[in-house]
Amino acid sequence: MHEPLIFEKSRHGRRAYAQAPADRAECDIPAEFLRDEPPMLPEASELQVVRHFTRLSQQNFSIDTHFYPLGSCTMKYNPRACNTLAMLPGFVNRHPLGPERYGQGFLACMHELQEMLKAVTGMKAVSLTPMAGAQGELTGVAMIRAYHVARGEPHRLEVIVPDAAHGTNPATATMCGCVVRELPTGRDGDIDLDALRRAVGANTAGIMLTNPSTLGVFERNITEVAAIVHGAGGLLYYDGANLNAILGKVRPGDMEFDVIHMNLHKTFSTPHGGGGPGSGAVGVGARLMPFLPIPIVGKREGEPEYFWLTEEHMPQSIGRLSGFMGNAGVLLRAYVYMRMLGRDGMRRIAEFATLNANYLMARLEQAGFELGFPGRRASHEFIVTLKRQSRTLNVTAMDVAKALLDHGFHAPTTYFPLLVPECLLIEPTETETREMMDRFADAMIAILHEAETDIQRLKGAPYTLPVRRLDDVKAARNLDLAWKRS
Amino acid sequence: MPFIPHTEEDIGDMLAAIGVPDVESLFDEIPKELLIRDLDGIPDALSEMEISRLMRARAAKDSGLSCFIGAGAYEHHIPAVVWDIATRGEFYSAYTPYQAEASQGTLQTIYEYQSMIASLTGLDASNASLYDGASALAEAALMAVRANRGTKSRRVLLAAGVNDTYRKVAAAIAGSQGLTFERMGLDSTTGASDPGALSDAEDPPVAVVIQQPGFFGTLESVHELTDLAHSQGALVIAVVNPTSLAILAAPGRWGKQGADIACGEGQPLGVPLSSGGPYFGFMACRNALLRQMPGRIVGRTTDLDGNPGFTLTLQAREQHIRRSKATSNICTNQGLMVTAATIYLSLLGQEGLARVALTSCRRTAELVELLCSIEGIDRLFEGPHFHECALRLDRPTGPVLEALAERGILGGIDLSGTHPELGDALLVCATETKTKADLEAYRDALRDIMS
Repeated sequence: MHEPLIFEKSRHGRRAYAQAPADRAECDIPAEFLRDEPPMLPEASELQVVRHFTRLSQQNFSIDTHFYPLGSCTMKYNPRACNTLAMLPGFVNRHPLGPERYGQGFLACMHELQEMLKAVTGMKAVSLTPMAGAQGELTGVAMIRAYHVARGEPHRLEVIVPDAAHGTNPATATMCGCVVRELPTGRDGDIDLDALRRAVGANTAGIMLTNPSTLGVFERNITEVAAIVHGAGGLLYYDGANLNAILGKVRPGDMEFDVIHMNLHKTFSTPHGGGGPGSGAVGVGARLMPFLPIPIVGKREGEPEYFWLTEEHMPQSIGRLSGFMGNAGVLLRAYVYMRMLGRDGMRRIAEFATLNANYLMARLEQAGFELGFPGRRASHEFIVTLKRQSRTLNVTAMDVAKALLDHGFHAPTTYFPLLVPECLLIEPTETETREMMDRFADAMIAILHEAETDIQRLKGAPYTLPVRRLDDVKAARNLDLAWKRS
Repeated sequence: MPFIPHTEEDIGDMLAAIGVPDVESLFDEIPKELLIRDLDGIPDALSEMEISRLMRARAAKDSGLSCFIGAGAYEHHIPAVVWDIATRGEFYSAYTPYQAEASQGTLQTIYEYQSMIASLTGLDASNASLYDGASALAEAALMAVRANRGTKSRRVLLAAGVNDTYRKVAAAIAGSQGLTFERMGLDSTTGASDPGALSDAEDPPVAVVIQQPGFFGTLESVHELTDLAHSQGALVIAVVNPTSLAILAAPGRWGKQGADIACGEGQPLGVPLSSGGPYFGFMACRNALLRQMPGRIVGRTTDLDGNPGFTLTLQAREQHIRRSKATSNICTNQGLMVTAATIYLSLLGQEGLARVALTSCRRTAELVELLCSIEGIDRLFEGPHFHECALRLDRPTGPVLEALAERGILGGIDLSGTHPELGDALLVCATETKTKADLEAYRDALRDIMS
């Protein structure tokens, strides 16, 4: 059922009277600076607004309401305490430019978070400022460039990216003024080492890798990959999107990565919020320490104990990436999460994420689904390919995804990575029960059965949601991006 | 183990179904020498009760001061409804709306947000957010270079009032693609830009950035500057405060043609100060530049039954489709903050937002009058201000601010470090959250300190 727009519920003269000053103050700004007409904003009562957005929220699938096995997104439970504690008045009301002396509580949390992230990743230093994974990637590539320029090798502009990489990787390389060299992935999911040897050279800035890869399998030759790239004078960048698979079992620093970005909104369970905010904190090895983006929290013997490291402390820093210090509230949530998990809890994340993924993979394989990489262990996620069914039954990954919605599950990631045709990338995460995964497997079996017996009906899914399948072509052709009063 | 539901029985059954003896076997593809035994440097787990106690103590340390700092982040009243609803699980723990049918709540909210931003800025289309105001400027500059086919220049000229941190961030993000950022001079009487650098340009810039209100709270002659920039073949990027747009001229109406891109920091719209983030960057543009705009965009369309619905659109601009040729690498944006801002704007409406703007402007004027009644304090700039004002002191600013803080007042920011050419200067801001009593308390404390 379509919910009318808040504008359609508005009536001239209505507003939430309790929420704005009682009087219209005078100000002496001359007319030439002022608007000629007021902006078009809603005019609704407070109850209308409450009802409108509450009802809109009820149209969403979310982790709190549905199993959400979106591969590569790590949709694990977002603990409520993280939100409550991050929004305590002392944190939420603090101005970012307030004196350090009156921010020691917040700064203590940030410093300890930096230290914990160093420990779990095996890196030497951390900056919390990048505001999302993509900004973390930008940071990493920018630091690699700064390193080569500082060493008198500004011609090192080639960034090697596996063809299975997330789109942000090549997009980032371009944003940093680099050139992308794509590397093929082998049939069993590992990088083609011979192709890598041919790709590296005097112009190599570095390689961007995810491990486990976007294919859901561990890069078994990682030590050799590191040797080849370092041997050619390039550096290694680790895309930490899949950190959940190895947290507490393997440290990227031990795999010889020079820089890593973490997705705190994945691995460290900060909320996805309908598309953010995230945090792309970065960790570096010794080579890149001088180039970290600022500000970073320092700790000293004097007063105040915690303080900001800025341009003066880090003259070779690549600079600032945000107006203040990044997504502080997200960082506080990650801090609370890590404190609640503690050492033992963090070791268990990878174990149970991997157990769940391998269990679900076994159930689906036993039910007759074709795996993207049979014979390989699942990491925290795995790929099912529907290429056979798309030929024999004309059912696509999209059809299965939409049908899953009717069964009460959010669909897995579809059509990524691009390498595997008609694929579903499935990541249950460690916070799901065994029964939930059994129910999901049963739903997949039921959907396949429907594909065999009533494909036309299947192709019309979903039927039980606020809308049926949407016309994307029309959306792009007849652009309607903002409501206008008619 | 917190948040992990498995019983011993579950584990046993699952291992049997997989066909392995233990969980360790599932890691047998990882080279043995990489597997670690233990995690050093991570303390033992805390229960929710224990971490709550720790966090409450830390938050309490940072509380209790009256804030007169602006400089890009502003304290406004946030209605209780805003975060009560924004933190509902269905908004809070939802993901990017890639499966549109299961995300109509988020998608419609974003569409309504886009409509409000388009109207506030007076432009045709808005995106679904960027990270913050500073990075939005970086993206706007890159967008202007892509869109301005009339020149090969990568010189971006900034008006005097553009926040200097924004300049640094833009240089850090866009510098590697060859963009340079220069400033116009500051007229030391009015605190507005001296457009000389723009009129004399032998090498006209690709874009001119005008911040309104400026960093010091002063107001620029946006119509003249916009026309001048356009006459030089430059695109105009407006960096604007969204609260001020309730009463100040919309960028789309600047000069004869209007600004081409508008961006800025959305934090004032229902997002708390929260030590600097998460905030959100907004961006809007004229239709002609739409396909160069970065970030997600939601469009309204119809479904199989002909009913209205919302979906992400124009995705061919984005990284997951265009990869190395994308307009930007941005993926995750600031969705939850946009949800909050949309609820905030719905509650306030144009009249409520105008009152917040007017009252804030008024309170700052009242504060400035009270403080300037103290010997040794003057305004730095003449001319109209919005809700911030730069003051000149007859002594170093730092110790004055420290003394104020000891009395529970964060008096503003010390400009003498970042803007030494202004001398001993202080930037103060008073919003609608301050009462007459608050302003008088500031005056009394400062008078005491100065005597």
